[in-house]
Amino acid sequence: MHNRKSGFWPYLLVLPALLVVMAVVFIPAFNAVLMSIQSYDLRRPSEIGFIGLENYIGVMQDSLFWESLWRTLLWVVFGVGFQFVFGFILALLLNRPFGGRGLARSVSLIPWVTPGVLIGLMWRWIYDGSYGVLNDILLKLGFIDEAIPFLARLSTVFPAVIVTIIWQGIPFFALMLLAGLQGVPGELYEAADIDGANVFQKFFRITVPSLRNTIYVTTLLRIIWVANSVDVIFNMTGGGPAYASQTLSVYIFNKANALNLGYSSTMSVILTVLLLLVAVPYLKNLFRNQEN
Amino acid sequence: MKGKENRFYRLLNLHIPLILLLLFLLFPFYWTLVTSIKPARELYGSVVTYWPRQITFEAYKKLFFDYNFLKPMGNSLLVAFFTTALTLFVASLASYSFSRFRFRGRRLLMILFLTNNMFPTVLLLIPLYAIMRRLGILYTPLALVLSYTTFTIPFSIWLLNGYLSDLPQSLEEAAMVDGANRPQAFTRIILPILIPCLIATGVYIFMTSWNEYTFAVMFTNEESRTIPVSLKNLIGQLGVQWDLLTAGGIITIIPVCIMFFFAQRRLVEGLTAGAVKG
Repeated sequence: MHNRKSGFWPYLLVLPALLVVMAVVFIPAFNAVLMSIQSYDLRRPSEIGFIGLENYIGVMQDSLFWESLWRTLLWVVFGVGFQFVFGFILALLLNRPFGGRGLARSVSLIPWVTPGVLIGLMWRWIYDGSYGVLNDILLKLGFIDEAIPFLARLSTVFPAVIVTIIWQGIPFFALMLLAGLQGVPGELYEAADIDGANVFQKFFRITVPSLRNTIYVTTLLRIIWVANSVDVIFNMTGGGPAYASQTLSVYIFNKANALNLGYSSTMSVILTVLLLLVAVPYLKNLFRNQEN
Repeated sequence: MKGKENRFYRLLNLHIPLILLLLFLLFPFYWTLVTSIKPARELYGSVVTYWPRQITFEAYKKLFFDYNFLKPMGNSLLVAFFTTALTLFVASLASYSFSRFRFRGRRLLMILFLTNNMFPTVLLLIPLYAIMRRLGILYTPLALVLSYTTFTIPFSIWLLNGYLSDLPQSLEEAAMVDGANRPQAFTRIILPILIPCLIATGVYIFMTSWNEYTFAVMFTNEESRTIPVSLKNLIGQLGVQWDLLTAGGIITIIPVCIMFFFAQRRLVEGLTAGAVKG
């Protein structure tokens, strides 16, 4: 392309965006690493100073950290897993012709544009132990004999917040997969019909392989977003009761709110490294695609 | 007979699962709306009603008059507006560069932008808080505008790059042959065609800034509080008042929903193009 003559133009055009990103992401990320090797507790300002790896050792010995990390794993596996399953089902349904399909496609995306705070609060009200509608429905259907305070019980609180994150993520999966489905050539299915393939054969031999890249990209993006998500859990339970719904991001946020900035920086550096490991294959893929 | 059977199967494998899924996705909104227009007596009564026996807009009135909800709405609008303007400006320049020039470091820069929303918000939150405080812009709308601009840059560049790559180079080349320089070619030829795409991208940016909570709760005070923070703050002043909260929720999502429905088609096209092509 006509690149030789363009000279400084391309760099000049990228510069403003680059400056903002540098100032708000890369410099703070570097600072976070610096803070993670300091004692930095705003409630103990006299003790602020470098302490080497002490925070990291503290984190390794913190059983709450390991519990939260384990919970993050469950949160991601079940959350993203079911988002994918139901999102895929929704995409397949919305890909078939029926009256009112345009409207159905639009309204099914509303959870995706809803603020996390509101999602947390809406579901908190639905799960309410005294006036909650979920208890009313389950009681009327005869599934339970007495109302369950879903978010106050150790055994039900975590599944309850996972259901909420599943609800939030279904539309995004459906949106991406639906776009992918529309790109699968119809002839493939026609040929399969002639060969006498059944629905499942067509699904696993044609649909899934054709969508492989979409599934891959969407799942990785969701894993990162869900692992980082704070607002839904924070507004439903704050991580409680007794830390039973506290993921690592929520633990970090709670520690930061408690003004222990050094310790929470240490944990967030660890979380970032873990997520970067997950993202490496995605980045490689991205890098390859940019080449052509 | 065959037609009937088909209709039965369609009911079983299309209509029923679709209705169940949509019910699951939309019921919380219905419930929020119904809760917001119930009188407190009915809300905390012994029977749960699925449509209010008596409709009241008391909660909405209280929000605007007693809780001054217009204030955080104004703050959110201000932040979202400036974020949208700033992001659109820097992102359209950058994506024009990416789509029209091949230069050293192009690939690296594009990846730099795409990876920046992989950093956990909690990682950036603390150092940014310190930086904003030192710069003296903590608790001003500028703190949020800067933060949100950064989050929305990657997706905006992705979106605009996709749209721009679909526009043939020959458009500007023709103008440049006629004696226009590159900035003129951009503002006179490309920009007018790009406007619908800029609007769609703008809607995405606006929604993201309007909805954000985690940064807003740390970077604002009583004066600069945005809607999501005010919504959460309704809890705790007098316990949880669900009629007020749900009314606040409805007010929060209405502008977003309206904008989303207008821009939806192009936004979805742009958003999915990258993933499907890539």
